Amino acid sequence: MANQALAARAAARPAVEINERQARLDLLVRRIGKIGLYINPIFAYFFLWAPIVVLIVFSFNDGGSVSTWQGFTTRWYENIFNNAIAAGTESARFTTENMLGAVRNSLIVGLSSTLLSTIIGTMVAISLVRGRFPGKRALDAVLYLPVVIPEITQAISLAIFFKVIFDFAEMQTGINATTGFGTIIIGHVAFCISYVTIVVRARLADMNPRLEEAARDLGANEWRTFWRITFPLILPGVLAGGLLAFTLSLDDFVVTFFNSGIGTSTLPLFVYGMLKTRVPPEINAISTLMLLASTALVAISLGMQGRGSRRA
Amino acid sequence: MRKFTAFACLLLAALGIAVAQAQDAASTIEPWVCPESVQAMENKTLNIFNWATYIGETTIPDFEKLCGASVTLDYFDSDESMLTRLRQGNPGYDIVIPSDYAVPTMIEEGLLLPLDHARMPNLDNLIPELRAAPFDPESEYAVPYLWGTFGIGYNVNAVQGPVSSWRQFFEHDGPVAWMEDARIMISIALVITGSSPNSSDPAQLETAKQYLLDHSDNVVIIAADDGQEWLAKGDVDMVIEYNGDIFQIGLDCQCEDFAYVLPQEGSGISSGFIAIPTGAQNPDLAQVFIDYILHPQVGAEIANFTAYPSPNQVAIEAGLIDPIMLENPGIYPPEEILDNLYFLLRQDVDTEQLFNDLWTEIKLALQAG
Repeated sequence: MANQALAARAAARPAVEINERQARLDLLVRRIGKIGLYINPIFAYFFLWAPIVVLIVFSFNDGGSVSTWQGFTTRWYENIFNNAIAAGTESARFTTENMLGAVRNSLIVGLSSTLLSTIIGTMVAISLVRGRFPGKRALDAVLYLPVVIPEITQAISLAIFFKVIFDFAEMQTGINATTGFGTIIIGHVAFCISYVTIVVRARLADMNPRLEEAARDLGANEWRTFWRITFPLILPGVLAGGLLAFTLSLDDFVVTFFNSGIGTSTLPLFVYGMLKTRVPPEINAISTLMLLASTALVAISLGMQGRGSRRA
Repeated sequence: MRKFTAFACLLLAALGIAVAQAQDAASTIEPWVCPESVQAMENKTLNIFNWATYIGETTIPDFEKLCGASVTLDYFDSDESMLTRLRQGNPGYDIVIPSDYAVPTMIEEGLLLPLDHARMPNLDNLIPELRAAPFDPESEYAVPYLWGTFGIGYNVNAVQGPVSSWRQFFEHDGPVAWMEDARIMISIALVITGSSPNSSDPAQLETAKQYLLDHSDNVVIIAADDGQEWLAKGDVDMVIEYNGDIFQIGLDCQCEDFAYVLPQEGSGISSGFIAIPTGAQNPDLAQVFIDYILHPQVGAEIANFTAYPSPNQVAIEAGLIDPIMLENPGIYPPEEILDNLYFLLRQDVDTEQLFNDLWTEIKLALQAG
């Protein structure tokens, strides 16, 4: 390939004396580049995965420290499992019980906000790509806001928004609403929609609109066209968007914290809350388990995407 | 001879009484009883806003059992976020556990409810020096929960002889770690150079800065509250750290390699306080809960689990504290050092800025050198 390109260049300029050294240099750069291409992913994966591997290894560390190895144990996992079974009973360890409570809250928030933001995000993506309506360009521009504005700005503005709404509701109806799971989920949906929309939209843009036209030509109404043609084709995108939303929701701290209520602390809040004291070793084990769960989810979605693209 | 025997007898008798008294103190501590008034309460829920794992293992379950209450825990990661959250409006937290420096701000901004001392008979159990925090000397709004100090953590194998002074840290011939905290570092330098730790006098601050700069050759890292890890790994011989952190690495390695001292010049107190935030949904039960926390057995349980010193004098005297910690003068300092401890007072915005600027200057000089 490289030699061909060089030959082509040489042929194009027969009158000019080819600069030998320049050509050799080019070749060298290409060779180094080729090696670099191999090294690059090695480093990329190393920096991505090394900390995770360390985390997994230390989840089996027989000792409380996070930096010195003190032998192999599975007791942190046993603690978690035993506690999960014994939750609420006397034999449950208080700290582990609290941590599992935080995991449960994370899952409640993560699953609800993923479901809602995936549905809304997909609808927004379809209306932006297929629909024609006034204010489309404005919506398009505003859509990227949650992706680019600092999280703290979004968190505080949401908190103020809820405060205003709740004060107003109290004035009008006397009902005293307060923050809680509802406000956290709304907050998460608010920023997840953008990510879902962006992913689904990319998938939609790849799709041939003629397929939908063909379906309608054959007598399918819009509803049927969507479910039989459009949705199966964009499903990998929808799943990818949903996974992205789930991940974002699961590790969000700022929006959650400023819109949380009583008994809604999620796992990130628990983990950051341990900054004052010491991190219980079970946290490595629970992180490893969550990592396994999300890896499984990604694997499933990749499998689905593979199937989706073959069908398309 | 007879006189001597009589004297010896007297001495023995006195000793016997003292021992009996000490034993008495331990055995006469009655377990905490939930007051009658709680039984009549309609609402028995209590919402606590705290750091995670900053409480004993059985503290909450025991309280729930004793009072038939239902407790919910929520967590914050820093005093700053806790403050912001409460300023927005308290969603219903009944108990909050701020650090010492956040308390004056909270009192000023009306974020705390006054405490009713009549309903907290256990308040007198606390060490008077700790109760008399300059920002709330009468404990009107907040009472000490757990406390600690910062001092010198060192590796006994790398440092010769007993350490007793800040000067030994700054003049140590070997790698040391500073703490990433402008106020703490400058206050130490102020104390060494003979000024008040809370001084804001520009000339004294300049002297303090110069002292730090002159003694910065042995600094290898300015650690952000993880100095103990550097010490544990052997990267440094000495660190400036909180006592609890140094104690913890000793527990982790199950070795005697690490020691913590409170320098004789004195050092700063860092204390957690327990208080009732404005807007609490159940301040009455919160009041009962604070009294529960102040009970010697409960206070000791929290201190033993978190490895932070307890401010509970009665618990200390009754020997309810884990002896490994109790016998450590770095964790439970003797009277004469207790007198040299100080709270770092909040300064006005300009002075705080001055501290931060000085610290930035010092760090820049360190990087350049």
